[in-house]
Amino acid sequence: MISANLSAIFYLISGILFILALRGLSSPDTSRQGNYFGIAGMIIAIVVTFFSVGNFSTSLVYVVIFLLIGGAIGAFIAFRIPMTAMPELVAGFHSLVGLAAVFVAIAAFLNPEAFNLGVVGGIKLASLIEMSIGAAVGAITFSGSIIAFLKLRGIMSGSPITFTGQHFLNLILGIGIFVLIYYLCVSQSANIFWSLIMISFLVGVLLIIPIGGADMPVVISMLNSYSGWAAAGIGFTLENTALIITGALVGSSGAILSYIMCKAMNRSFVSVILGGFGADSSSDNTKEKKDQKPVKSGNAEDAAFLMKNASSVIIVPGYGMAVAQAQHALREMVDKLKKNDIKVTYAIHPVAGRMPGHMNVLLAEANVPYDEVFELEDINNNFANSDVAFVIGANDVTNPVAKTDPKSPIFGMPVLDVEKCKSVLFVKRSLSPGYAGIDNELFYKDNTLMLFADAKKMTEDIVKNLD
Amino acid sequence: MEIDPFIFRLSIFILSIFIGYYVVWSVTPSLHTPLMSVTNAISSVIIVGAIIAALAGSSESVFDISSIFGFLAIVLAAINIFGGFLVTQRMLQMYKKKKDKKK
Repeated sequence: MISANLSAIFYLISGILFILALRGLSSPDTSRQGNYFGIAGMIIAIVVTFFSVGNFSTSLVYVVIFLLIGGAIGAFIAFRIPMTAMPELVAGFHSLVGLAAVFVAIAAFLNPEAFNLGVVGGIKLASLIEMSIGAAVGAITFSGSIIAFLKLRGIMSGSPITFTGQHFLNLILGIGIFVLIYYLCVSQSANIFWSLIMISFLVGVLLIIPIGGADMPVVISMLNSYSGWAAAGIGFTLENTALIITGALVGSSGAILSYIMCKAMNRSFVSVILGGFGADSSSDNTKEKKDQKPVKSGNAEDAAFLMKNASSVIIVPGYGMAVAQAQHALREMVDKLKKNDIKVTYAIHPVAGRMPGHMNVLLAEANVPYDEVFELEDINNNFANSDVAFVIGANDVTNPVAKTDPKSPIFGMPVLDVEKCKSVLFVKRSLSPGYAGIDNELFYKDNTLMLFADAKKMTEDIVKNLD
Repeated sequence: MEIDPFIFRLSIFILSIFIGYYVVWSVTPSLHTPLMSVTNAISSVIIVGAIIAALAGSSESVFDISSIFGFLAIVLAAINIFGGFLVTQRMLQMYKKKKDKKK
């Protein structure tokens, strides 16, 4: 058994290692090293906990066994998961953090002596508040992430589920949580503690169901943030520095990502939370404006011809590329183009895909060097002096309406200036609107050639035609 | 008058939020997905609480109602720790520069 002071210092060290882990992500070169820092921090925290409790009886054997069971499951998932499924994986992992926080809070509530928080029925007031906050946030994270997981996985429809009085109900339940925490502090009653957790589960579900599929990047980031705050709440209860530092880091990380995502969609955080976006709001304006405008459509041969004669091509990938698993075919196409001395770069909109950085991972998986991949603000000026823009699976993020029509729901959203290219190749299954439910003006421009097909099949056909 | 230790923990918490703020803004956007998976892995340091709860049982009764929740939380957090770090590692291995393009 080691002293509380010594273990606190080790927890501080593991907290610092976690900071370095995030710091490493500032560039791909240092990121792998950063990940090792994170692993080291985790090992230190776990080993120190074993020594600080100092119980080396049968319990420890079971702890190690359960640790290895979980570890084996986790490792299995990590190696098997396809990169296109990263958003659901992350949502699933968030739910586990949330549930773990709930379980730890329950354990602390049932056996406060083990955590040095007082006795059953006489838990210290501050600890009680901290653990109820940890449990409530953890429960919201859990059930919210489950819903996000189901939506991303396609088990549940991605369209928003709304009903009248929804926000009012959420408000009541939110207030209810605080009232319950108050009564819990007064009475120390176990029943109130259970009700608190149940209501929090319900709030998590109600919070996420009205949010549509296109807002998923915000939701995932937000849940990421919640999982951090839940960890911090538990960290305060356990008086554990490593947990407090980590909770704060993760909480602010998720909050920043949510902010970046909201900004990239020109939506306020509140309006995302209130939900209902992308349901049916704009079907009427589609009808009145665009009745059968002419669209130029082409085939793989035309596309290959256009690109062969170009000197620079910019590729704009989107969620459709992920769905069709077209990233490897795309890479093949780019290799062919490069052999013909055509300059190829990739342009990525911050909300392309279903989570922050989703497209970058998919391109990296297909062996695309990361220094050919550019963010919106770095590449947007290059469209004007490029020959071909190849839009594959993206839609709303290229819609020029965002710049021209103040009535459009996406007005003001930063978009890629694809239409400034000499010609635009747009791979899409049909003319149907994207998630925002609005027509893309780009389809009807003179310099746009629509390629109606599955993204992967079309790309493969183009590859054949490039020979 | 003595300062309540809670205030120190609160200070650590607030300062860590600031550290998090600056560190995360410096993360390159192309690594935002690994950022999420690694934050997910490190937030599972909550396993510390789970271990304390699980070890609270005695040799005669390893499993009481409180330690059972501890054990369950250990499994959940361990899935996250191993899964989170390994999947991050897998992703980061894929990020390559132009030079080592040839496999």
